[in-house]
Amino acid sequence: MRDVMLSLLAKEPAHGYELRQRLEGALGPAGGALNPGQVYVTLSRLERAGLVEAREVAQPSHPDKKVYELTAAGRERVQQWLTDVTWSKVAPLEFHLKLVAAAATRLADPVALVDAQRLELLRELRQLQELALAEAPDSDGALLLEGASLRLQADIRWLELCERRWVERESR
Amino acid sequence: MSNAIEARGLQRRYPTDGPPVRAVDGVDLVVEEGESVSVMGPSGCGKSTLLHLLGGLERPDAGELYLGGRRVDGLSEAAWAVLRRRAVGFVFQAFHLVDELTSVENVELPALLVGAPRRDARRRAMDLLERLGVAERAGHLPDRLSGGERQRVAVARALVNQPLVVLADEPTGNLDSHATGDILRLFADLHEARQALLIVTHDARVASTADRLLTMRDGAIVAQTRLGQGTPAAGVLARLADLGGEG
Repeated sequence: MRDVMLSLLAKEPAHGYELRQRLEGALGPAGGALNPGQVYVTLSRLERAGLVEAREVAQPSHPDKKVYELTAAGRERVQQWLTDVTWSKVAPLEFHLKLVAAAATRLADPVALVDAQRLELLRELRQLQELALAEAPDSDGALLLEGASLRLQADIRWLELCERRWVERESR
Repeated sequence: MSNAIEARGLQRRYPTDGPPVRAVDGVDLVVEEGESVSVMGPSGCGKSTLLHLLGGLERPDAGELYLGGRRVDGLSEAAWAVLRRRAVGFVFQAFHLVDELTSVENVELPALLVGAPRRDARRRAMDLLERLGVAERAGHLPDRLSGGERQRVAVARALVNQPLVVLADEPTGNLDSHATGDILRLFADLHEARQALLIVTHDARVASTADRLLTMRDGAIVAQTRLGQGTPAAGVLARLADLGGEG
């Protein structure tokens, strides 16, 4: 969540409500399940960690609003997050948001991120297969490895869809 | 050591109503002896056309092609036919077995065509069928075999002349994971035999076993990466054994 919020701020400073809207836009129907309070909690944590700065902006007919902006440390962390190929437990959600953030901020090429990620997963799949070949085919261990391998294959297939989508968008 | 395959500026255009489509658009490629390379890319990216060019099933409009150090892009159809029989093994998704011949007869056919003694050809064919786990199907006609068995017979046929290069187009297209495993194991053995292998595939399992991965887009190779090193097995196992929590 922290990295996602930071990446949403990388394009331009924004206030909490705008960030919520951007996040919901990227998530589609899954955005409805988002806890709105989490956005604000995360922002204040990021502020305490020195990754964002908040400034009060006066509004004529409404109370002042807080506009959040990345610090240099925050910007550096976004850059690291975008190019980190660790396939976390929250993938594909996190990776999806990474692509959206990369395209919006132009800090990285979404298609290059897909390529790097696919390579990482193919390497992992290769390791799983080597391990599986060393196991007796009817062992419990082989069955577990097969499960892990099938999940990776599904993830890789989804990355191919990501590739197609972002190649099309970029050529427009 | 010479390269099994070397392509320079390989190009293949298809005429259309509008401007010609560049199915393969200036590909440079080297595959060393004993090396396996997988080619991935979206449908229509030109990967199958590239495989056809490398095996002489189609001719390039421009560029140079060398197999085993010999320049072959200008060869006649007849010269290509001879070269293909000896130096190139093909594996296609659709098997292309001869329906009237038994499994072992299908496998030994290419050996007989290049003049191998009958007994020698039979022995090599049976060896391969055994390694692929279909020896007991040697006397069956293709229509009595399952899809996985047919593909294993087709792979054996591609290997019987110990070709310099094996070209495989979606070799595991419709196979279950057991049959796929047998074929991957055999492909791994090609390494030791110093044969070069180029596999065009959508199947991530197959692609991940190669030494090198090529990614194609719009007729061009956009990335070439070595797969050999990378995530250590320890990392994969740690994630697999991660039950979460602290205790």
